Amino acid sequence: MILSVSWRNIWRSRTRSLVIMAAIAIGVFAGVYTIAFMLGWVNQRIDAVIRTEMSHIQLHHNKYLETQEVHDYIPGAVAMAVEISEKTGVKAVSSRILTTCMIATAETGSGVMLTGVDPEKERKVTNINELIVDGTYFAEDKANQIILGEKLAQKLKAGVRSRVVVTLTEMDGTLTGGAFRVAGIYRSANSAYDEMKAFVREPDLRRLIGLEEGAAHEIAVLMNENGTEGAFADGLATSYPGKSVMTWTQLLPEMALMNESMNLMMYIFIIIILLALGFGIVNTMLMVILERVKELGMLMAVGMTRLRVFSMIVLETVLLCLTGGIAGIVLALVLTALTARSGLDLSFWSEGLNALGFDAVFYPEIGFSQVLVVAFLVALTGVISAIYPARKAIKLKPAEALRIDM
Amino acid sequence: MKVLKLKNLVKVYNDSEIQVKAVDGVDLEFEKGEFAAIVGPSGSGKTTLLNLIGGLDSATSGEILIEGTDISSLSSSRLIDFRLRNIGFVFQAYNLIPVLTARENVEFIMELQGRPRDDRRRRALELLSAVGLEERADSRPSKMSGGQQQRVAVARALASKPKFVLADEPTANLDSTSTATLLDIMEKLNKEENITFIFSTHDQRVVNKARRVITIEDGHVVSDIRK
Repeated sequence: MILSVSWRNIWRSRTRSLVIMAAIAIGVFAGVYTIAFMLGWVNQRIDAVIRTEMSHIQLHHNKYLETQEVHDYIPGAVAMAVEISEKTGVKAVSSRILTTCMIATAETGSGVMLTGVDPEKERKVTNINELIVDGTYFAEDKANQIILGEKLAQKLKAGVRSRVVVTLTEMDGTLTGGAFRVAGIYRSANSAYDEMKAFVREPDLRRLIGLEEGAAHEIAVLMNENGTEGAFADGLATSYPGKSVMTWTQLLPEMALMNESMNLMMYIFIIIILLALGFGIVNTMLMVILERVKELGMLMAVGMTRLRVFSMIVLETVLLCLTGGIAGIVLALVLTALTARSGLDLSFWSEGLNALGFDAVFYPEIGFSQVLVVAFLVALTGVISAIYPARKAIKLKPAEALRIDM
Repeated sequence: MKVLKLKNLVKVYNDSEIQVKAVDGVDLEFEKGEFAAIVGPSGSGKTTLLNLIGGLDSATSGEILIEGTDISSLSSSRLIDFRLRNIGFVFQAYNLIPVLTARENVEFIMELQGRPRDDRRRRALELLSAVGLEERADSRPSKMSGGQQQRVAVARALASKPKFVLADEPTANLDSTSTATLLDIMEKLNKEENITFIFSTHDQRVVNKARRVITIEDGHVVSDIRK
C-alpha cells in the first residue's frame, strides 16, 4: 500500500508534478538522444575506418610502418593473403603495394600515397568502389588507370579521363615516373583521406617500381564480425613471425580511445543533466514535505516507523523521476528510430565534418544496455534527491507536527 | 482491570529561559471500558497530557503505565511500535490520508501492523459499518463531510485493536448533528465492545456524554468526577 500511497501522492499536486516530470523528461530525452547521436556518429566513423580506410587487421614488413620505404616489403604476400583468406572468421583479404609519390597534372602537383590493388580482391575488403562519384572503379580493362579522391582531383584540377603523371622511386632508389589516366573519382567521409590516397592496379605499380612478383607491402584483412580481430591478429602474429600484425585500434589509437571513452563521456554528460535536475527535484520534494507536515506527524503518531516514512518519500521521488525519465527515454527512442531510418542530414556543416573524417548524414543508434543504464541513473537521481527531504520528514516530532496549522 | 496508570506525571517546557509546567504532578488511573473526558480551559495542559499518554511527547518525570508497561522506558522505535499496537488516535482535524479511500485509510494501520490483506479488508469494512459508513468505503476524504471523516478516523483508531483510544478535541470542527452522531457511535462502541475512550475537550456535549470528567487547570487535576 505504501507504493500505492506514494504513487497517488505524486498526483496530489498534479501541475507541480507534471512540471517537474516534464523537466526530467526533456533532460533525459536530450541526454538519451545525444547519446544515440554520438554513438551513431562514432560507430559510423569506426565503420568508415574499417570499411574504407583500414580494414580490421593489416600486416606489414616489421619495419615498414616506421620507414615507409618500398624495399621494406613482404615477399610472397599475395600467397600469404590467399592463405589468410581461407581461415575461419575472415571475410576477405587483399594485398597492396604502397609507395609515396608526387602526382602532377599540367596545372599542379601533390604528394600522395599510391596504392596498388587487385580491384577484384580490394572491392571485397574496402568500399572505395561504392564511393565513386564520377567515372568507374577500374571498369575498363586498360593499363595505367588511376582512381583519385575528390579532394585530390579538385586540388589537381583533374577530372575523369584527365592524364596525371606520377613520380616515384624504384626499388633501387632511382627516380622514375609514369602516366596514368583518371578512371574514377571517389568521395569518402574523410576528406583528408581522399586527398592522400590514390589507387592504381597492382601490376602497373609493381612494374613501375620493379617489385618482385608475389610481393606486397600490406595485407589487409576484413573479418566477418567486429570485435573478433584482436584474437585473430594474435594468431596471425604467431603464424607469421617477423611481420608486423596490427589491428585498426593499434594503427589508429586515437580512434580506439574515442571509441572506449565514448561510453564514459556519455554517462558523464547524462550525470551532469541529472545533477541539474536533481536540484529541482530536491526543491519540489521539500515543498511536498512542508505541505504535508501535519499528515506526516499523524503517520508517525499512529505508528508508522521513521524507516517507512523515509521509504515512502524516497519511493515517491523515484516514481516521480522514473515517470518523467521513462517518458524522456521513450521520446528519445522514437526519435532515434525515426532518424536512424532516414538519417540526420547535417550537410550544411559537411565540409567541417568531412575534414574531421565524419559523414554529413548521421544515423543515431542506441543499445538496450545504454537505455538501462540511463533508467538506472534516473532512479538513482530520485533516491539521492529524496535523501535530504526525507531526512527532514523523519526529523519531525509528531506532537509538534500535529499542532501546525496548515 | 487498569488499562492506564499515570504516576506523578510532570511535563516542563523550557522556553526562552522561562519554565512552563504544562503538566504538574498528575496521578490518574483508567479502568478498561471507561468513557472519560479531560476538560479544562485553553492552556490548562489537556493536549499535553494526551500527548504524554499517547507517547507522542516524553514526560519530564513520572510514569505512564499502559497495562503494566512504562512507556517512558521504551526506545523511540519500540515506542512507535507500541503506539501502533496499543493506542488508537482521533485528531481534531481528522487527519486522514487524502489519497486513500475510507476503507484504505482504515486498512493502512493494519498494514503497518503486518496483518494479512483479507483480514484487514474484512475488519476495515466491519469498522466502517460500525460507524455507519459502509456505503462510503470507497470514497476519498475530500468527498466526505467533516463528520463522516471523523467517523472514518474513529474506525481507523479502532483498526489496530488498541487498549484505548485517545481523542483530542474530536468534535471541535463538527456541527451539532455530526457531533451527536459521532458521540453516539463512540458511546455504542464503548458499551458494546468495551473500548476505552479518553477525550480532551471543550465541548459540553462531549462532557455530557462522558461517564467520567477530569478537570485540569494549570497542569493540575482539580476534579475527577465519575457519573
